Amino acid sequence: MPTLQDIALKTDGVDARLVSGHRMCAGCGIPAVVKTVLAASDKPVIVLNATGCLEVTSAVYPFTAWNTPWMHLTFENAAAVAAGVESAYKALKRRGRVEEDINILAVGGDGGTYDIGFQALSGALERRHKFMYLAYDNEGYMNTGNQRSGATPFGASTTTVPAGTASFGKAQWRKNLVEIAAAHRIPYVGQAAVHNTLDLYKKAEKGFKADGPAVLAVLQPCTTNWAYDPALTMQYSKLAVETNFWPLYEVENGVVHINVKPAKRRPVEDFLKGQSRFKHLFKTENQHLIAEMQQMIDDEWTRLVKLEETGVQL
Amino acid sequence: MSSKKSWHELEVGVVLPPATSVGYKTGGWRVFRPVWDASQCIHCMICVNYCPDMAIPIEKSEQGAVGKGGRVYKGAVRKETNFDYCKGCGICATECPSKCLTMIREEEAEQASCKL
Ligand code: SF4
Ligand code: SF4
Repeated sequence: MPTLQDIALKTDGVDARLVSGHRMCAGCGIPAVVKTVLAASDKPVIVLNATGCLEVTSAVYPFTAWNTPWMHLTFENAAAVAAGVESAYKALKRRGRVEEDINILAVGGDGGTYDIGFQALSGALERRHKFMYLAYDNEGYMNTGNQRSGATPFGASTTTVPAGTASFGKAQWRKNLVEIAAAHRIPYVGQAAVHNTLDLYKKAEKGFKADGPAVLAVLQPCTTNWAYDPALTMQYSKLAVETNFWPLYEVENGVVHINVKPAKRRPVEDFLKGQSRFKHLFKTENQHLIAEMQQMIDDEWTRLVKLEETGVQL
Repeated sequence: MSSKKSWHELEVGVVLPPATSVGYKTGGWRVFRPVWDASQCIHCMICVNYCPDMAIPIEKSEQGAVGKGGRVYKGAVRKETNFDYCKGCGICATECPSKCLTMIREEEAEQASCKL
């Protein structure tokens, strides 16, 4: 059983796989996601990074915060390159040119995963390349200033679906990446959140050890474009879980297991409060939208619990 | 122009030596500074794992460090924040279960350290 001490010892200092001096925003949760996931690999790890917040801030020429082989890629091809790296690695191994076992990690934001890199991801999962795909999900194109993505939740105001007199923001619910990934019948899919370090670490460990492709979707509140005090990143992550807005669960060989069941589900307002993208929902004329959102969250949760209880294979 | 290059003749893109960003100090971004009261610390490592800038150094210590309640905490122990990189986000202060971190304005900290 890993402890916070064990994880801290692996992520701290200049020997860690991700080091200080990167230019992610003050209070950004991405470094905590990435360093924890990297620490969970007991083998050398190659990182393939789609364009996004993490990519543009971690390797600003002539600096790099990576202390492990890392490749900068475009939005759409992180999973495709991961597949290529895995194939090349297997070929080299077959010829006896490498002996060491390694792990391969593709990383993208929600824009690079749910939308632009989706086809490459689906292809790599379908071909069953042995790699893990990590999506850090800040629910929009945040690196370019808050445009709507397939992961943006219902009701959020973005620059491309701004709330105003004609619109209340995004009118659709987000995609469920975990179930989409599970539909490829891959051995491991996990949904985690940045504040729960131990749960995230354990899921990353399982993903790396899986006998085939694995996908990890991790919620990562964005202080800059959700516009809250940077000190509150972990608090918003916690609230997302306590409201069932972002349940922590996993799908192992098709079987659903919920890792955290809030003793008392908090109302979704607790999560929405204080975020600029949801500010308009608190106007009297928009209150019904919050009720609608609450209904969607509760329905999704009931469905998830049912999936777990019946043990039906996804 | 006409002769096609094979893959191993293609020009290599930019290759950087690892971990060079440690030469790029981000501490200047700070508006607030976390002040750590070591006497109240329980060395739980929560702040260390959360810190987005890996700005809280730790060490493995056999003899341990004296923290809250005069107790000696062994194993991984935290040390003073590394202000070369800390961006002053305040996550550590919000999350510390022992409330031993306080955020103060950076200029106050600097003025206090510059008294003649
Ligand atoms: S969170 Fe607080 S108690 Fe825990 S190690 Fe950090 S400063 Fe010490
Ligand atoms: S204020 Fe933020 S950057 Fe500075 S030590 Fe605390 S968590 Fe790290």
